[in-house]
Amino acid sequence: MTATLPTAVDIAARAVDVWKVYGSGEAQVIALHGVSVELQRGQFTAIMGPSGSGKSTLMHCLAGLDTVTRGEVYVGDARVTGLSDRALTDLRRDKVGFIFQQFNLLPTLTAEENILLPLAIAGRKPDRDWFDTVIDTVGLRDRLKHRPTQLSGGQQQRVACARALVARPEVIFADEPTGNLDSRSGAEVLSFLRNSVRDFGQTIVMVTHDPNAASYADRVIFLADGRVVDELRDPSAEAVLDRLKRLDVTAAQLADGAVDGAV
Amino acid sequence: MLRATLKSLLSRKLRLLLSGLAVVLAVMFVSGAFVLSDTLGRTFDSLFTNAYDNTDIQVQAKPKVDVDGDGQGAVPANIESTVVGKVAAVPGVAKATGLVLAEGARVVGHNGKVVGGASPSPRFGVNWAGEDELMSLREGRGPRTSGEVAINAGLAKTGDLTVGEQVGVLTLEAKKTFTVVGIFGYTGGRDSVGGEQTVAFTEPVAQQLMLGATGVYNVIDVKVTDERDLTKVRDALRTQLGAAYQVDTGEDLAKKQADNLKQVLSFITYILLGFAGVALLVGVFLILNTFSIIVAQRTRELALLRAMGASRGQMIGSVMVEATVIGVVSWLVGLALGVGIGWLGGFLVAKLSGDLEVASLGVPPAAWIVSFVVGVGVTILAALLPAFQASRVPPVAAMRQANTADRPLTRLTVAGAVLLLAGSGSLVYGLSGKAGGNTIWWVVGGVFVDFIAVALLTPLLGQPVVSLLGRLFSWSVPGKLGRLNSGRNPRRTAITAAAMMISIALVTGISTIFSSVDESIGKVLDKQIQADLIIAGQQTSAIPPSIDPAALRQVRAMPAVDAVAAEAYDAVLVDGKQRFVGAFDDQAAASRVLRLKATNGRVDRLGAGELLIDESTAKDRKWKAGDTVAAQLSRGEPRQFRITGVFANSGGGGGMIMSWQDATTGFRTATATQAFVKLRPGADATSAKRDIDMVLKDSPEVNVSTRSEWIGNQLKIFTFALFMVQVLLFVAMLIAILGIINTLVLSVLERTRELGMLRAIGLRRGRTMWMITVESVVISLFGALLGITVGAGLGAAVVRALKDKGITELSLPWGLMATYVIGGAVVGVVAAIIPAIRAARLNVLNAIAYE
Ligand SMILES: Nc1ncnc2c1ncn2[C@@H]1O[C@H](COP(=O)(O)OP(=O)(O)O)[C@@H](O)[C@H]1O
Ligand SMILES: [Mg+2]
Repeated sequence: MTATLPTAVDIAARAVDVWKVYGSGEAQVIALHGVSVELQRGQFTAIMGPSGSGKSTLMHCLAGLDTVTRGEVYVGDARVTGLSDRALTDLRRDKVGFIFQQFNLLPTLTAEENILLPLAIAGRKPDRDWFDTVIDTVGLRDRLKHRPTQLSGGQQQRVACARALVARPEVIFADEPTGNLDSRSGAEVLSFLRNSVRDFGQTIVMVTHDPNAASYADRVIFLADGRVVDELRDPSAEAVLDRLKRLDVTAAQLADGAVDGAV
Repeated sequence: MLRATLKSLLSRKLRLLLSGLAVVLAVMFVSGAFVLSDTLGRTFDSLFTNAYDNTDIQVQAKPKVDVDGDGQGAVPANIESTVVGKVAAVPGVAKATGLVLAEGARVVGHNGKVVGGASPSPRFGVNWAGEDELMSLREGRGPRTSGEVAINAGLAKTGDLTVGEQVGVLTLEAKKTFTVVGIFGYTGGRDSVGGEQTVAFTEPVAQQLMLGATGVYNVIDVKVTDERDLTKVRDALRTQLGAAYQVDTGEDLAKKQADNLKQVLSFITYILLGFAGVALLVGVFLILNTFSIIVAQRTRELALLRAMGASRGQMIGSVMVEATVIGVVSWLVGLALGVGIGWLGGFLVAKLSGDLEVASLGVPPAAWIVSFVVGVGVTILAALLPAFQASRVPPVAAMRQANTADRPLTRLTVAGAVLLLAGSGSLVYGLSGKAGGNTIWWVVGGVFVDFIAVALLTPLLGQPVVSLLGRLFSWSVPGKLGRLNSGRNPRRTAITAAAMMISIALVTGISTIFSSVDESIGKVLDKQIQADLIIAGQQTSAIPPSIDPAALRQVRAMPAVDAVAAEAYDAVLVDGKQRFVGAFDDQAAASRVLRLKATNGRVDRLGAGELLIDESTAKDRKWKAGDTVAAQLSRGEPRQFRITGVFANSGGGGGMIMSWQDATTGFRTATATQAFVKLRPGADATSAKRDIDMVLKDSPEVNVSTRSEWIGNQLKIFTFALFMVQVLLFVAMLIAILGIINTLVLSVLERTRELGMLRAIGLRRGRTMWMITVESVVISLFGALLGITVGAGLGAAVVRALKDKGITELSLPWGLMATYVIGGAVVGVVAAIIPAIRAARLNVLNAIAYE
């Protein structure tokens, strides 16, 4: 109850001193060490870091998919921490969009039905104009009646993007959305994400370990060992790569230090 | 390879449990049946060995009319007292004693009802011949005058009877009152030999009441001089006495009686085997389905193994090992349960038939062998098809995306269509009546083949029906998703629904037959019986219930009563064939009250030596009025009877009617068993019924009912049979539920990621459960609808075949069918509970985690 939120207008989601601890005793893993981030509205943010650094965990906490051990999470002006499962479900339904790495679509539904699924679940009427805009942007007009099995991987992922976008959520979370795609389809999906931020003011948070993917973002947040260690604005692929290399060194030193300390 | 298989087995415990349960149930019923008949068998063996322990040889006269062909339940023929002397003169015979030992002495208890009620234990009436090695008096003395009786301690206890008390006894004659002067028991402190009741009269009274004539016996007890000559003496007696007599050693008799009782009780075994059959039939689908799904799920794993060089044989082997393990485990569990219910059944039967000592628990070899074949064999057989599927997984499938398209249904459909034609052909041939004595086999075979055919066609039928059914639920998003999911894998949906289909088709078919028979008979009875009130009773012993003639006279004298037709029944050999023949004490009244319509000759009067037959008998035997036929009645020598009339088929009166004079001399008992009462126009039926009730208080085995009550009673047997069928359905439904749960749990597992995604994008827990429930209900409703359709169709076919047998009405059990469909929906909901909870509890993060 500390936060009365004067800046909330500009913030789509934020984490305040978030800790996430898995397991206990010997098997204890601290995935997030007091992470605080603010994700600005209308921005394309990338979360980067080596494997195991806590990127997915942070995203899951921000999206209301997972509970935090300590700290607070907000989506828009709604406090996520402490909500019941049902309230969390409704929050995700109404305020959050998702793009996963794979298994994104229901094979029983057509592309169009998949895109409209979140609205159908919420019992909301689709805005036809907006739907048309989205479809044209992702270039799926002639594929609407197809089933996922009849679509290529890139097309499937574009359907997933359209699905996330069509409900106009507060924020879209994408975890490694291009991880399963070849570079050309990946580039298509990424530029589509960037365009929707630029043209429609959509807020997008993307988890990735690919510097090239991160270069599409307006802002890159670097995670290492569950801590925010760095950030870049309007990055290029080279700059990201450069930071990552340095990060690897720091991470290695951190790990060494930990081992030394333990001995 | 084996280790890998066993490991993967353990990791799927729930699934194994579910698929194993059907086998467990089937094995349980099968082994239960064997254990039960074994336990009962040994119980009766020891019982009768005991009972005939002191008997060397018994001589009986062969019954003149043998009801079952085994001498049991037949009217015992009497032995003239001169024969006793003849027997005694045979070398090796030490002593020959004439005995009266006949079933049918019913003691009326303090409550005015027959002691022991409807218990099937025998009620003997005997002549008092003093104490012997087996039997001794515990209290009082033996009967000395015609008004005295001694009773066994078992009867005294059951009826709470004491020495000095007056009791009424029903025999071949109406109720007579006696004074109890003694109570006797048997060696070893037993109250009875095997739960029976015994009344000992003085000899002339026993002869008159139990055998219908004085100076006769029905058993000669023979003691031999030397035990070692037993069979020699028996054979000598056989030659001496000729074919009219039956000579047996005590051992022969013990075996005969035990076998007889075992046969009577074998219906319990058949019921259990019936349950086992249904459990198996449904279980096969369940196992087939489980293994198909397991194989489909493991496609990638199997392909990987193939790519690494595992042979097809090894693939088949790995599935078969799994099946064998499930089969063996289920077999053992089922066997253990079966031994339990077998023993329990034996215990209950023994207790119900009068406190018998149950034989020790034993598992006969047949129980082991048959249940093993059923349990393990069927499991392996059902797993064969999926095993071959597994072996056909191409190595490249390991590289492909998991969900491969379903194979086309063409081959299945063609096979189903061919079988359907064959089955229906057999059915039509059977129904046409051209198959003669084999009709039933053609019909049953056709029904069976049609069952399989429909099961094969289920996937094809499933697609449109399921999508149509699903539309009922499409108003909500989860409902729509559930509907789509149920149409996703037609084979799987079909096999799952087939289990449901078979169980419901079975009961619908049987219910259709029963309700048609019920309706047909009810209709005939309703049309024929013009009586307003009917006096009738329940048979509790070898002698049918009797109505006191004095009571009948009183009823006739009532001002409200117009006419009374009282009827006696007996088995008669007519022209060498055994028939039940009725006789009325007032034929004119009978023809009026039962609306006998003459189609030839006259039916409203009947004299000695005359016979009336019904139309279908006339047609069958090509007899007409004026013909003479030979008939052997229970008493007396064979005689010629002249047919004086043919009447239109009717529900009452049976197929043949004799004169009352002939019945009095020839029937075992000419006491009326039932009576049809016609009231005067305008008479009050309720008060007439009350008056008659009063008059009948000395005839405890019978009571008076209105016409509709009586018709309802006649049809009670169908109600009971139908009840058994419902129980059968319940067992089958239980297994069908398991099948649906199995399929759904697997589907939920398969769609973990999808479910995770749906939950992530905002599908609430409750709605997730609704989605699974809709899928389940759609599948089970489909099975139920198919089941009632197939069942009603096949049932109607059989009813059609029975048209000549008088089943003219086709009555579909609409109420029951509706219940089954609702039951199907309920099954769907119940089956969905576990899978739905699993789906809702699914950890979203785990579900969407990438591997
Ligand atoms: N369910 C879990 N149980 C235990 N540890 C976990 C769990 N999920 C993640 N972790 C640990 O938390 C850390 C961060 O994981 P994650 O957020 O998935 O990293 P990233 O996405 O950056 O690769 C890792 O060390 C991982 O092993
Ligand atoms: Mg990750």
